[in-house]
Amino acid sequence: MSKARVATVWLDGCSGCHMSLLDIDEAIAALAARADIVFGPLVDAQEFPKDVDVTLVEGAVSSQDDLKQIQTIRKNSKLVVALGDCAVNGNVPAMRNTIPVKKLLEGIYLAGTQGERGIPNEGVPQLLRNAVPVHEAVKVDLHVPGCPPPADAILYVLTELVEGRKPDLAGKVRFG
Amino acid sequence: MPHRKTSIRIDGELVSASDGQTILEAARAAGKFIPALCYLKGLSATGACRVCIVEVSGVNRLLPACTTPVQEGMSVTTNSPKLQKYRRIAIELLLSERNHYCSVCVSNGHCELQSMAKSLGVTHSRYAYGYPKLPVDVTHERFVLDHNRCILCTRCVRACAEVEGAHVWDVGLRGIRSRITSELNRPWGESRGCTSCGKCVQACPTGALAEKGWGVEEMVKRDDNIGRLALRHGGRR
Repeated sequence: MSKARVATVWLDGCSGCHMSLLDIDEAIAALAARADIVFGPLVDAQEFPKDVDVTLVEGAVSSQDDLKQIQTIRKNSKLVVALGDCAVNGNVPAMRNTIPVKKLLEGIYLAGTQGERGIPNEGVPQLLRNAVPVHEAVKVDLHVPGCPPPADAILYVLTELVEGRKPDLAGKVRFG
Repeated sequence: MPHRKTSIRIDGELVSASDGQTILEAARAAGKFIPALCYLKGLSATGACRVCIVEVSGVNRLLPACTTPVQEGMSVTTNSPKLQKYRRIAIELLLSERNHYCSVCVSNGHCELQSMAKSLGVTHSRYAYGYPKLPVDVTHERFVLDHNRCILCTRCVRACAEVEGAHVWDVGLRGIRSRITSELNRPWGESRGCTSCGKCVQACPTGALAEKGWGVEEMVKRDDNIGRLALRHGGRR
């Protein structure tokens, strides 16, 4: 039986969901027998590969770069899973949405300084007007809320998905 | 005046109810569960959250159980795929309307909106978030009101008016701009009627009203006391 191709990505989040993924401990060995992790902060691949079966997305879509990444991910993945509250509802990254981007950056980089360094605009992606949940940018197949989602829930979701079943999360996960 | 008895069917089972009781009250008295957010035992009912909607035979729209009085021969369905669907919609709309970030909330893990979403299987909101810019009133010495977390259930308004008798809270403005206000929109700390009893805080199902000094996940509330006090003062059974 061929192995499922799994990717994980980290957009505007804190990596806590990836930590929770690692918290499945030794179960990851059993999972490795059924799936290859082909992309993500935990592997070396530089470019998002083609023909991915399942991609777990941590974090909100916050910048032009996030948007480009998530569009590629959607194109190259059979299933996209929004992992954790930032990907599901924006969570902490979305708390900036009540402040317009220009005002936000001025508040951070100019107010209370001499303005000597200015607002960085080279080598950093432009922020979108709002940090949005993944499903406001592309179609999402499954939402796994939680901050972070418990390791058990992540293991359950991954196991079900690589076996080709649709996990039923009712009553298993909550926001926060 | 003695209450006349009425017979209704709840999910096919014959239940005896008092005239004037609502479907929700009759159901709970019979040990049947209908989910609800804005309903709090002992307080008047307003039908604000639409989570307690039920199907009544012969009526081709869904009715809130908390404000619909029982009628002789009524047949009520409390759970069906259709009801589940509309209850989920109600929760998703509440989540998208304001800025509900459970992970940084004092009530995380003790919030009725959060647990209702979980039990109804709401894993995300299909509606676009509004990200409204809303104030936080920290002027009261002991309590805080965070409009970002308010679902306008008005349990605080009713607890204050009907149990404490102070009627500090009301709903101001209209539609999507509606907001809980204290004393003609004065900052809460300047309210002269507020007795600082904290009943509104205990009645609040989310982290919108909280005691100062608690961190994330630390605010645990006791709304059962409000129901008990209300009953002692002749509130609804």
